Amino acid sequence: MRLTLWTYEGPPHIGAMRVATAMRGLHYVLHAPQGDTYADLLFTMIERRGERPPVTYTTFQARDLGGDTAELFKTSARDAYERFQPQAMIVGASCTAELIQDDPGGLARALDLPIPVIALELPAYQKQENWGAAETFYRLVRGLSGQKRERASRARPIANLLGPTALGFRHRDDVVEVTKLLESLGVDIGVTAPLGATPADLTLLGEADFNVVLYPEVALPAARHLEKTHGQPFTKTVPIGVGATRDFIAEVAGLTGRGAEETGEASRLPWWSRSVDSTYLTGKRVFIFGDATHALAAERIAREELAFDVVGLGTYSREFARELRERAKAHGLEALISDDYLEVEAAIAAARPDLVLGTQMERHIAKRLRIPCAVISAPTHVQDFPARYSPQMGPEGANVIFDAWIHPLMMGLEEHLIAMFREDSEFHDAAGPSHLGAPQAAAPAAEVPSPPSGTSKPDAAAPIWRQDAEKELKKIPFFVRGKARNNTESFARARGLATITVETLYDAKAHYGR
Amino acid sequence: MNAPFVPPVCAEPPVKRGQREVFCGLTSIVWLHRKIQDAFFLVVGSRTCAHLIQSAAGVMIFAEPRFATAILEERDLAGLADIDEELDRAASRLLERRQDIKLLFLVASCPSEVIKIDLVRAAARLDKRLGANVRVLSYSGSGVETTFTQGEDSCLAALVPELPAEPASAAPSLLVVGALADVVEDQFARLFAELGLADVRFLPMRRAGAMPAVGPNTFVLLAQPFLAETARVLETRGAKRLDAPFPLGGEGTTLWLKAAADAFGVSSRRFEDVTAPGRARAETAVARHAPKLAGKRIFFFPDSQLEIPLARFLSRELGAQPIEVAQPYIHRGLLAEELALLPEGLRLSEGPDVETQLDRCRAERPDLTVCGLGLANPLEAEGLTTKWSIELLFTPIQGYEQAGDLAELFARPLVRRSRLEV
Ligand code: SF4
Repeated sequence: MRLTLWTYEGPPHIGAMRVATAMRGLHYVLHAPQGDTYADLLFTMIERRGERPPVTYTTFQARDLGGDTAELFKTSARDAYERFQPQAMIVGASCTAELIQDDPGGLARALDLPIPVIALELPAYQKQENWGAAETFYRLVRGLSGQKRERASRARPIANLLGPTALGFRHRDDVVEVTKLLESLGVDIGVTAPLGATPADLTLLGEADFNVVLYPEVALPAARHLEKTHGQPFTKTVPIGVGATRDFIAEVAGLTGRGAEETGEASRLPWWSRSVDSTYLTGKRVFIFGDATHALAAERIAREELAFDVVGLGTYSREFARELRERAKAHGLEALISDDYLEVEAAIAAARPDLVLGTQMERHIAKRLRIPCAVISAPTHVQDFPARYSPQMGPEGANVIFDAWIHPLMMGLEEHLIAMFREDSEFHDAAGPSHLGAPQAAAPAAEVPSPPSGTSKPDAAAPIWRQDAEKELKKIPFFVRGKARNNTESFARARGLATITVETLYDAKAHYGR
Repeated sequence: MNAPFVPPVCAEPPVKRGQREVFCGLTSIVWLHRKIQDAFFLVVGSRTCAHLIQSAAGVMIFAEPRFATAILEERDLAGLADIDEELDRAASRLLERRQDIKLLFLVASCPSEVIKIDLVRAAARLDKRLGANVRVLSYSGSGVETTFTQGEDSCLAALVPELPAEPASAAPSLLVVGALADVVEDQFARLFAELGLADVRFLPMRRAGAMPAVGPNTFVLLAQPFLAETARVLETRGAKRLDAPFPLGGEGTTLWLKAAADAFGVSSRRFEDVTAPGRARAETAVARHAPKLAGKRIFFFPDSQLEIPLARFLSRELGAQPIEVAQPYIHRGLLAEELALLPEGLRLSEGPDVETQLDRCRAERPDLTVCGLGLANPLEAEGLTTKWSIELLFTPIQGYEQAGDLAELFARPLVRRSRLEV
């Protein structure tokens, strides 16, 4: 048993739903009790889809158990076929149906429907949503992409875009942006899947020269299968950020054997970051948490493109833990691999960052700790599906990221004024960024509470702040206060000081200021 | 008040077993955990259960929630883990963090029921182990046993055996049953006091330590229509249930209060005097929305179990015309008074197949469709105007002072649609 307050990922059949809902002409028959129909609202409410997900739930009840649940499944599948006339069907069980072992795959086969029916085995008690999406997409690709075929040599090579799903963080716009980028590189797009693809489209996957993996969490198993069966190489770089986009272009150039000359528009991020107004961003302490793809991308952008200090890096995607650990280690950090919300909360509270880059979960944590936050990854909420075009990938994605990350922070000059006039009645440090309006202004001094008891490692050697030192600390603007507090405490600890005085505070400042 | 049940004229749609589109009882934790302020709800279930509550709670993630899920894992299913030990560990971790918790509910789910984890026994054991500080109870919110609001019924029914017993010699008291917004509860308490009912209690109580007593002199007045099991177990403790419509709208509130007033021998004169201001305010407030809803054809998908009382309110106080009213299930005993007030010619349906009901809805093209969150946007995209029903559980809607707000909830989507030019 695992005690869970909030989950980062849903069960694996939600991943299957993200694939099915992204596609057209595919129907999913899910053996599940009635309550599991809640999943529809994820798509209709959070993503504002105007269509119900193409899912039929058998909604068996207690009185069906031990009796005719298998028959119920068959009726549901047959009815769904007749009603929706899909090109292909996927069938499977949710967590409860897994326990009653009706074998949806076998039952569906027995119906002998005139369309491809693909059985999904998604172990609900071991795996989670992203794995479920990846497995479903892989099964579909394996079942429908057919045999290797001869590919004519073309003037313009063809690439498939793999990985975008329903409910994905900015997937809709990433597809547009990467399509534009590839076309500017002389590459045509074959099939984009799952988003917008039909089962018939999946039979054309083998026509392409290579695959572009947009989201490894979803597309990696399918891309590996296509590499093995169809001899299609796939891209390893995810083009989020200026540097990664540059690398992606080089990687595509390597695959196509053409020059790496990008003809499209370049991102504004480099100049926005170099312009003097951004000086104040230097060394901002950021805590990064999300799915592996977005967390890794954010880490690189933060470090190389904004000159932030990364003080925390983590992911809930256990499947990609190794990559993340390596990256963290290379930069002197220990990665946080966890899907325990409480653990993440404790880590953020302990790191006292200036900015949190996370999921909707971290947005709540940051709100509680009164730390600015930008959302960089699923799990998402309704505000992560903006009306405007806002990709994360490619040149425009980098622009969007610059704006989204900088917005929650205090503006440069404002920060200086507050440092100068900290006793001013309006410019005091509790008065939040002026462009973010009143609600934040009401925030009291942004003291970061200590991590909730029972979840953090007890720190026996924590030095005690004398009252005058604590008071002096409060005179330091809140956006650097966390750093000052941390530095002073480590300084004191390193020297075995049990109490922190005003002297210690300034000694530490001098020490770290060198 | 106990009018014999006269079924309204209704052509029931052909019964076809099909997909139900309704939440399971776990959903009610979303409001119950805010209502009982020192209770914690620990679901013993799967990742799906955790995801359901989280998704239903949606934007309500302000405070640290007083619910969690003990997610079953492979080793629990394989019998490799000792369920008792696992539950102990989960409960201890929770209670360590939250010293303020006085009542812990172990909530059963589909998986825990299918693999036959005995949470009743587990709760009794934990209750003993944790001592006097924390009570531990259990109930089922599983989707194979309960739909949506039935979870509240299941929870309250589990509380009933815990209520202190009151002797037959005790003075008569009124027990109002069903989670109401605190503000609504306070309004009702004031009205009952003015009516001269000295002893009025509410279930669920706001704090675990304040469990209302029950005995043969307790009159039970249900504030929500989905509490059949709770009513039944209260009756086994000697309490008498009062038949009444539910306190939605001015008329419903009056009839509901009247049922209690009659049981306590309040004179009609006094009843008139006490309720007159509220009735007048409700009438004015509702009348403001009547022009927007009069004659509007309304179609209900099954969701909250409030559909029948709402249809009654909309037709009798706002002149709307309900054409199909569906509930996940229809408890005719508890709804007798409501059914008798329904207009002629509407279609009642119980737990219908969502697909064929959608067909009927599209064919009817109602002016307003009341449905769950999964259906609302797709129907809007088809050009229908919808009111999503979960809001009816998260908004104070009962009583005189809320009658206007309730009407407004239904008028707003129509107003919005008429204003939008895009
Ligand atoms: S229907 Fe059953 S399995 Fe699904 S969320 Fe509800 S209790 Fe859990």
